[in-house]
Amino acid sequence: MKKLCIVAGAFVAAALAAPPVVIQNATILTVTKGTLNGSILIRDGKIADVAEHLTAPTDAQVIDASGQFVMPGIIDCHSHIAADSINEGSVSVSAMVGIEDVLNPGDIAIYRALAGGVTTANILHGSANAIGGKCTVVKLRWGKDAHDMIFQGAMPGIKFALGENPKRAGNPTGQRIGAQNVNYRYPATRMGVEDVIREAFTEAKAYQQSWKDYNDKVARGEAAIEPRRDLRLEPLVEVLEGKRFVHAHCYRADEILMLLRVADEFGFKIRTLQHVLEGYKVAKEIAEHGAGASTFSDWWAYKLEAFDAIPYNAALMMRKGVLVSLNSDSAELMRHLNDEAAKTMKYGGLNETEALSLITINPAKQLAIDNHVGSIEVGKDADLAIFDKHPLSNFAKVEKVYIDGELYFDRNKDLAERTAQEAEKKKLLDKEKDLLRRNAPARRPAA
Amino acid sequence: MKWIALAVFSVAPLTWADDATTFLIRGATVHPVASPEIDNGSVLVRDGKIVGIGRNLTAPKGIKIIEAKGLHVYPGMIDSGTQMGLSEIESTRESVDTGELGKYTPQLRAEIAINPDSEHISVTRVNGITSVISLPLSGGGEGGGRRGTPPPSTIAGQAALVHLDGWTWEDMDIKKSAGMALRMPIVAAPGGRGGGPDAAARLTYSDAKKNYDADLRDLHEFFQQVRRYQKAKTANEKDFHPDLKMEAMLPVIEGKEPLIVFATRERAIRDAVQFADQEKVHAIIANPRELGKMGPELKARNIPAILGPTLDLPLRDDDPYDAAYTLPSQFFKAGVKFAFGSFDNQFSRDLPYQAATAVAFGLPYEEALKAVTLNAAQIWGVADKTGSIEEGKWADLMITDGDPLEAKTQVKQIFIKGKNIDLDNKQKRLYEKYLGRP
Repeated sequence: MKKLCIVAGAFVAAALAAPPVVIQNATILTVTKGTLNGSILIRDGKIADVAEHLTAPTDAQVIDASGQFVMPGIIDCHSHIAADSINEGSVSVSAMVGIEDVLNPGDIAIYRALAGGVTTANILHGSANAIGGKCTVVKLRWGKDAHDMIFQGAMPGIKFALGENPKRAGNPTGQRIGAQNVNYRYPATRMGVEDVIREAFTEAKAYQQSWKDYNDKVARGEAAIEPRRDLRLEPLVEVLEGKRFVHAHCYRADEILMLLRVADEFGFKIRTLQHVLEGYKVAKEIAEHGAGASTFSDWWAYKLEAFDAIPYNAALMMRKGVLVSLNSDSAELMRHLNDEAAKTMKYGGLNETEALSLITINPAKQLAIDNHVGSIEVGKDADLAIFDKHPLSNFAKVEKVYIDGELYFDRNKDLAERTAQEAEKKKLLDKEKDLLRRNAPARRPAA
Repeated sequence: MKWIALAVFSVAPLTWADDATTFLIRGATVHPVASPEIDNGSVLVRDGKIVGIGRNLTAPKGIKIIEAKGLHVYPGMIDSGTQMGLSEIESTRESVDTGELGKYTPQLRAEIAINPDSEHISVTRVNGITSVISLPLSGGGEGGGRRGTPPPSTIAGQAALVHLDGWTWEDMDIKKSAGMALRMPIVAAPGGRGGGPDAAARLTYSDAKKNYDADLRDLHEFFQQVRRYQKAKTANEKDFHPDLKMEAMLPVIEGKEPLIVFATRERAIRDAVQFADQEKVHAIIANPRELGKMGPELKARNIPAILGPTLDLPLRDDDPYDAAYTLPSQFFKAGVKFAFGSFDNQFSRDLPYQAATAVAFGLPYEEALKAVTLNAAQIWGVADKTGSIEEGKWADLMITDGDPLEAKTQVKQIFIKGKNIDLDNKQKRLYEKYLGRP
């Protein structure tokens, strides 16, 4: 045990002693403080300086980024990578489950997203039920364990879902004809979805009151019996108390408005509306409520509720005063969120900074982590993506990605390691073939 | 009859100004694709056809002039794999006509089921895509949705090449039977016996292999049947009865219509090449996700490919992260001709970005542009009509304010057969409506 502590201590010391890094001669897209040609000094995992001219400390590791572009690490406000399971869809309210318990740090999608410049992601429960499970914000620290991926200090969240997905289990017409063993689960309509949420918060309020009553009695020195903990309602009480963010999957304007009004009724806020493809129709109401909107650039028509989706959605909502981000909801799309941001320049005429804000500072604000990440500013975490061309060009690719000042993706290193990896794979396959040829069953570990 | 009518019409106008499909674009940077770009160039269009390109074209008297100073003229793009007009809302069965019941349905024609008022058409073309291949694909008659997709058919039917403009599908027609869609049998597929991906997962390897062998045998047998039919028909045998399935296959075995062979992995591509050799048919590989060692094989036989989305995940966990990004450059380096297809209506408008990502990962820019224009026209056998800005071809054009492969570029005008196409669509209408909401 003692030895372990010493080793750990040495490790921390080594990390602290990591030399400063200077990225120089780059075009720096700070997002919040304009664009400049210059250098970034990274010290102890933080951005220590950003300037046109900067003298590198003598012990600094200098990265020449001539002709390259540095932007803040991309933040994806809606992802399902790095999780062993997504939907606890057997019940309409599954607030008791959470993604944190099933984080999978070995998911290759993490590395692939890094290679697309993503450094932070909001890992959400699925959309099978009106009130889903708890979400976790992670940094894509590939190679670290599940615990070390968690974005410490980020506000916890919970997933809600409206529309076709949560009502599907109650009305499975979208399923294969003749599908056996269909278990019908309330709700089957948008009316029912509203009811599930209102019922749940009615229960949560009563539960909250039972604790308040108990605590009041204890404070008065009266004898009291502690209420039984309800793990399903606890997260909802946190929502009511502003301690947990609601990220709500939604499509149609009617259901968006419905949720905002239910939240008003119970006195809580919707932090982000996710997908929110018809958000442009009720942008005024969204802005008034203060909800953020996290949408796709140009997805549409994959389901009926996505048929009125327009690629101008992000720009239009932004113009109407909504805090907007672009998300992926897909391990593939996640790898080119910069391309998605570029589309808002075509559809709706956003400028470069506005387009970049959709995948950096805006999602950071939505997740309330903007004091740590989302822009290139002194004091923020050194989460950076270096592109060979302007990231809003479709011809650009990621060269290097830093998280907390540590290099987590390096294209040159990736390319250089491929030969060795191919050889290793071949060796393993040959070994397997050899074993098969000798008709010897592969050895299993002892039970 | 049509030809005569056209001939008469082209003689009839006395001045150049009479027809809406007659005009001169001038002052633009013209990118003919088939030849080097021309600064301050002009394109002269008469009766919907390109009749002149160059730097110093004189405007014929009275002709309508489109000033395009500072802008660019490119040929309209061709998406070589869509379900345009066949599928409106992917998950809503009633709106999807991509997959019929039955394993061999070559007699089915995509073109006659294309809805010319599909919202996808006006949404797609405003990004410069002027024609598409529309394909029948998955089988089972339950729609092409992601959920509950039934076992795929082997031969799904005839793909059509159509313009994204027309009052009817007949107006839109470029080529009724541009190719016959075939899904190469693979090991581990349910093979039309189990149904659904879950069934496939339950199969043991030996069962899956048995299914695959049987499917491949069936396929060869089907082609032999077509040959027997052809022989009987030619010989005018006494018991000969017309058969629509067989009739539909005749152009394929006669080499007049290509087989569009869906083959994802190297093994399926190898099978496809072998099959094309054995059956002596003209094949086009569709939506391959890897090339493996098949480059020389494809090149030697002049078998082209329609590459699916470049923006795709690698096939296997241990593939390089950029496996899909570099696939087009692998095909290019192997000397295999290819065009791009989106294979998804909602992303058809993103076809140019598929090409751009390929450039970021090693494909020469000119090849990327060709893969969405001229190469596609050549592969589909219509390079005499479209795919580049050349005299004698249709004026399938776009005017842009920059490189069409860049998302931020705006498409200012598009022309299909010289007709100036309305850039309005459902999405723009909704945008304008709600932009104006107080």
